[in-house]
Amino acid sequence: MTHTIEKIKTQRIKVSEKLVYVLETKKLNIYYDDFRAISEVNMKIERNKVTAIIGPSGCGKSTLLRSFNRMNELVQGSRISGEVLFHGQNLYAPDVDPVEVRHRIGMVFQKPNPFPKSIYENIAWGARVHGFKGNMDELVEYSLRQAALWEEVKDILDHSGLALSGGQQQRLCIARALAVQPEVILMDEPASALDPISTLHIEDLIRELSNHYTILIVTHNMQQAARVSDFTAFFNMNGDRSGYLVEYDNTNQLFTMPKNKLTEDYITGRFG
Amino acid sequence: MEQIALGYPKSRNGLKRRFRVGENAILALLFISGVFSIFTTIGIVYELGKEALLFFRTPNVDLWSFLSGTQWQPHIDKFGILPLFTSTLITSLFAMLIAAPLGMGAAIYLSEYASEKVRGFLKPILEILAGIPTIVYGYFALTFMTPLLRTIFGRDVVEIYNTASAGLVMGILILPMIASMAEDALSAVPNALREAAYGLGGTKLEVALKVVVPAAISGIAAAFIVGISRAIGETMIVAVAAGAGPNFTFNPFKGAETMTGHIVRISGGDLSYDSIDYNSIFAIGLMLFFVTLTLNLISQQVVRRFREVYE
Amino acid sequence: MNGPSIQKPEIEFTDNIRDRNRYGRLWVYIFRFSTIIGIIALATLLFNIINQSSGYVVYEAKGDPAALTLDGVPIEEQTKDQLMRVLSSHLSKGAYSKLDRTKPFAERSRNDVYDLVVERIVKYEVVDSWLLWDSLTRKDEITAAVEEEYPEALLRFDVWINSDFLRRPQSSNPVIAGVRTAVLGSLWTIGITILFAFPLGVMAAIYLTEYAGDSWANRIIQTNINNLAGVPSIIYGILGLAIFVRALEPLTSGTLFGVTDPTSANGRTILSAGLTLGLLVLPLIIINAQEAIRAVPNSLRHAGYGLGATKWQTVWSHVLPNAIPGILTGTILAISRAIGETAPLVVIGASTVIYFDPEGPFSKFTTLPIQIYQWTSRPQDEFRFLAAAAILVLLALLLTLNAVAVLLRNRYSRRY
Repeated sequence: MTHTIEKIKTQRIKVSEKLVYVLETKKLNIYYDDFRAISEVNMKIERNKVTAIIGPSGCGKSTLLRSFNRMNELVQGSRISGEVLFHGQNLYAPDVDPVEVRHRIGMVFQKPNPFPKSIYENIAWGARVHGFKGNMDELVEYSLRQAALWEEVKDILDHSGLALSGGQQQRLCIARALAVQPEVILMDEPASALDPISTLHIEDLIRELSNHYTILIVTHNMQQAARVSDFTAFFNMNGDRSGYLVEYDNTNQLFTMPKNKLTEDYITGRFG
Repeated sequence: MEQIALGYPKSRNGLKRRFRVGENAILALLFISGVFSIFTTIGIVYELGKEALLFFRTPNVDLWSFLSGTQWQPHIDKFGILPLFTSTLITSLFAMLIAAPLGMGAAIYLSEYASEKVRGFLKPILEILAGIPTIVYGYFALTFMTPLLRTIFGRDVVEIYNTASAGLVMGILILPMIASMAEDALSAVPNALREAAYGLGGTKLEVALKVVVPAAISGIAAAFIVGISRAIGETMIVAVAAGAGPNFTFNPFKGAETMTGHIVRISGGDLSYDSIDYNSIFAIGLMLFFVTLTLNLISQQVVRRFREVYE
Repeated sequence: MNGPSIQKPEIEFTDNIRDRNRYGRLWVYIFRFSTIIGIIALATLLFNIINQSSGYVVYEAKGDPAALTLDGVPIEEQTKDQLMRVLSSHLSKGAYSKLDRTKPFAERSRNDVYDLVVERIVKYEVVDSWLLWDSLTRKDEITAAVEEEYPEALLRFDVWINSDFLRRPQSSNPVIAGVRTAVLGSLWTIGITILFAFPLGVMAAIYLTEYAGDSWANRIIQTNINNLAGVPSIIYGILGLAIFVRALEPLTSGTLFGVTDPTSANGRTILSAGLTLGLLVLPLIIINAQEAIRAVPNSLRHAGYGLGATKWQTVWSHVLPNAIPGILTGTILAISRAIGETAPLVVIGASTVIYFDPEGPFSKFTTLPIQIYQWTSRPQDEFRFLAAAAILVLLALLLTLNAVAVLLRNRYSRRY
């Protein structure tokens, strides 16, 4: 068990020496049919850091997030122009398999969505799908420990995932995502459906996980962004309701000394 | 780049697209299943068309006398569909006479008046009624409705086999279908509309009849059209109760064979292929197919228009 | 206020609230009546059928059953051996050995032999009969009348639907006719229908809901399925006649597999019937299954894809398991429609009278609804009673199926 964890940690360090930026977008535009939801986004995501995406509702935050693991393709009529680079490789190149992309770049959704199966199966299924050959019990325990859920569920692994509380369900979904060993985890307002205490748990967890994973989080809660993230990107809408990147900086910098007037207005609550 | 995960097989080509054999085989299988139903339609049109063409190629048969002839007597080469068509018309008319008003009344009651509890009790009963095989209705028409009609109107007036009895029982069969479709349409009317009408001081009846029903009118119309289509295609009730033998009459108390009833009687015997009888059922079938298809298409069109208004 | 002022017109309302309310109450009765008609119809239908399914029957025997008493035992209580002795002593040698050739006596049960005695020697005939209602309310009157009119005859209260009725094969003699042949035929046919239409329908539904995009081709497939669901069942019969019975005769008659003797082969088999009904219920199964699959929340699919699962892995592990109760319920409803179908099977040629149980997909066949149709078409009352009894068997079968569907729906009702 400890052996496994140590091995994963050492391998991670090897990777970390290679690249600082994991993801990068170049002139990214995202369309739904004729509507441009996101325009001309250029940003780099730093490895093993938490990057928050904030902005008024409807500015395309979730759309942008979903484009990082090609989940936006599941919406009919959506298409992109520009590039999303993952370790320098364009995710939208014709020979790239979206299924492989989602293996490396996992996702946690706004509403907890555990499978209507046992807690154990919730974790094990993704691993099995990817041909996991190791000790499944170990992986389940390790993932649940990482998601700070192990102590609460270790005796009820055979219970349905749906029997857990909302906050526990969301941590189960995070554990489930961790079990397939992604490099990046995308989180789409992961705490918005939860009570304040569960929200705190999730935020602590995000800080903890950023030691090992690159995390992108969309949130409509500015305090949350300030609390959990290392970097923050502020998005706003054009006149044609298309989202664009206003300011992207170190979180501290952005919240204390915003360079852009719009950002200042937004973080001081003057609009949004 | 390096593989991080422990216990996972090493991926040889990174993010590169993989050809997944199983995935593609399954997709092919699913696609064929999806397309299969197209072949059913092609089969229907092709087979009906082919044999019907043979029928019309027979000497003594032409399209005009087929459509306008008042006699269907194969043994003297008379193939006029009117006697079959009028009895289909009469049975369908009687069916709609029962099913349209009663179905409508039941729909309004269930959607606007009935409490949740009453509805939970009544709807299953209507569903049971809709689920009873039509041969059972045929039996009911022959052993109950016909004697009833004969008692009311006199034995000399009402024949043992008659279109009225078949039509009335068919109405009972179609009633639940119309009630259920019309109720769906009524329930789909937004509550805001009802509240607006109540706000102006309308009574419950006025709100139901003057606001909700007109707002759902296309859904109701679609229900009626589907009901007519169902009545025209209905077979076993007329085969049992409406009488054997084509009869050009508008008297609903006389026996007369419908289009569907004729097909059943002719094919029920030992039908030899390539005979004119064999070909003629395809001609009648083709006509039946086009009439019901047209009605169904119209009703779908009507419903589609209805949807555009409220969504 | 500037501009032209608005003149208030004379406004007068009539005090009509009482009339309006009265109308309202009147119409509620009309609406309620319309609904209750449905219940009345259902009750009348059931009463009518039950009323005809039992009652007093007067039998007259051509032969004298009392004369057949052997060793002081009346035929009703005789053993198989005794019955065989009665049979051999009253039938010509040729007739007896012919019976043995059709089905050896060693293989026949005691009840079969008893039926033969009744059919061949006693020759009961129904001379008069009453419906259940009359039999219960006018019992004395009937007994008196029978004693006067048919002093020799046997008066018996018969329940037409009984264990003998379920056990016996079809027969031209109503006294010993049963539905076994028809029930077995129905079960065989439905079995083939399910094997054919269920997998095909579910796969088509998966394709249309999970895989097919919004292209014009897929829209045509969808519209086509909706339209097929509205095609009259008799059209499917004509299609089945042309395709399965005629064009595919080598396949449906079994000669292709060498199962059937080519000289007597004929495409009017259980296989043809099952496939025809399969085509008929396919669109219904697809539509019901699509609804069940659509009811699975998208969040489950996204969870699967988000973990890097392929489409099929997600569909197989998460969409299908959650849709399967709905799919099964919808399929059962479609299958109960097929069980009651009569017209298409008459058209493909089921109506020939058959006295032997079906042995497989290539047997000739009859089904329960066909049997009801035949008996209903006979003018004699006793066949009507048989039809009523067969209808009760059919309704019981359908009720069982629907109960299973309701149970499934309640047992696995949505949890999210």
